[in-house]
Amino acid sequence: MPLNRAYVGRQLPPTPPYLVGREKIREFAAAIGADDPAHHDPAAARALGYPDVVAPPTFPVVPAGAASVQLRTDPELGLDYSRVVHGDQRFGYTRPVVAGDELVSTVTVEEITERGGHEFITTRVDLTTAAGEPVVTVWNKLVVRGEGR
Amino acid sequence: MEQGEQLPVQTFRVTRADLVRYAGASGDFNPIHWSERTARAVGLPGVIAHGMYTMALAGRAVAGWAGAADAVLDLGVRFTRPVPVPDDDTGTEVEVSAVVTGVSDGRAELELTATCQGQKVLGQARAVVRTG
Repeated sequence: MPLNRAYVGRQLPPTPPYLVGREKIREFAAAIGADDPAHHDPAAARALGYPDVVAPPTFPVVPAGAASVQLRTDPELGLDYSRVVHGDQRFGYTRPVVAGDELVSTVTVEEITERGGHEFITTRVDLTTAAGEPVVTVWNKLVVRGEGR
Repeated sequence: MEQGEQLPVQTFRVTRADLVRYAGASGDFNPIHWSERTARAVGLPGVIAHGMYTMALAGRAVAGWAGAADAVLDLGVRFTRPVPVPDDDTGTEVEVSAVVTGVSDGRAELELTATCQGQKVLGQARAVVRTG
């Protein structure tokens, strides 16, 4: 089933805030082997001018991924997850994510294209504070492999 | 960092245990990253690393070159090949290198190369870091 082109430009309502926990940042940093003290020690983060530990650059995939589940599982979109491969990923920062942040995610379908029998869907997730201040924008492109490919 | 500068290669070991740990920390429990049976059933050579785990290693490399955990302003990659991770104690290795393609206004642009067993696993991989 092809992806529903009517979803291009569609924006989901903003999510409830995701509270970034200090232990979650430590757990994520430990899982990727990032041992810089700024990820683990609040005092080291404060020395850099942040109120609490700083998340590694790819950490926002956690709240952004959670925010995108509703879209990906929407039967009207027609995304067959068994055929999906991760294509591209990008993070564009206004400032680093720190423990204590309450991040609201707004998911937008930027583009759906087709090439060589495969389909491509690009989503953008804008993560902001509850007050709407931008923190980081996360782009994700999925490849939906064509039948028999 | 100076324009044209080749930054030193950083090598990261990846084992099955790392993938299990990353699955838990990230919430990505897709079984192709821990179940040989499932990975083979969908045509993969075996269990592969999460693309986002490979990207996280690239992020570590970039932060390492920049010398600060909060230096990464932009990081983007294309996943070009899977990173197969054998079920043994040594796993595999991902090597990340970079060249500085631009420097201006306290920022540097990097073009990244990430390989596993000599094959490129990331394409169009770029980063912008704060240098000042």
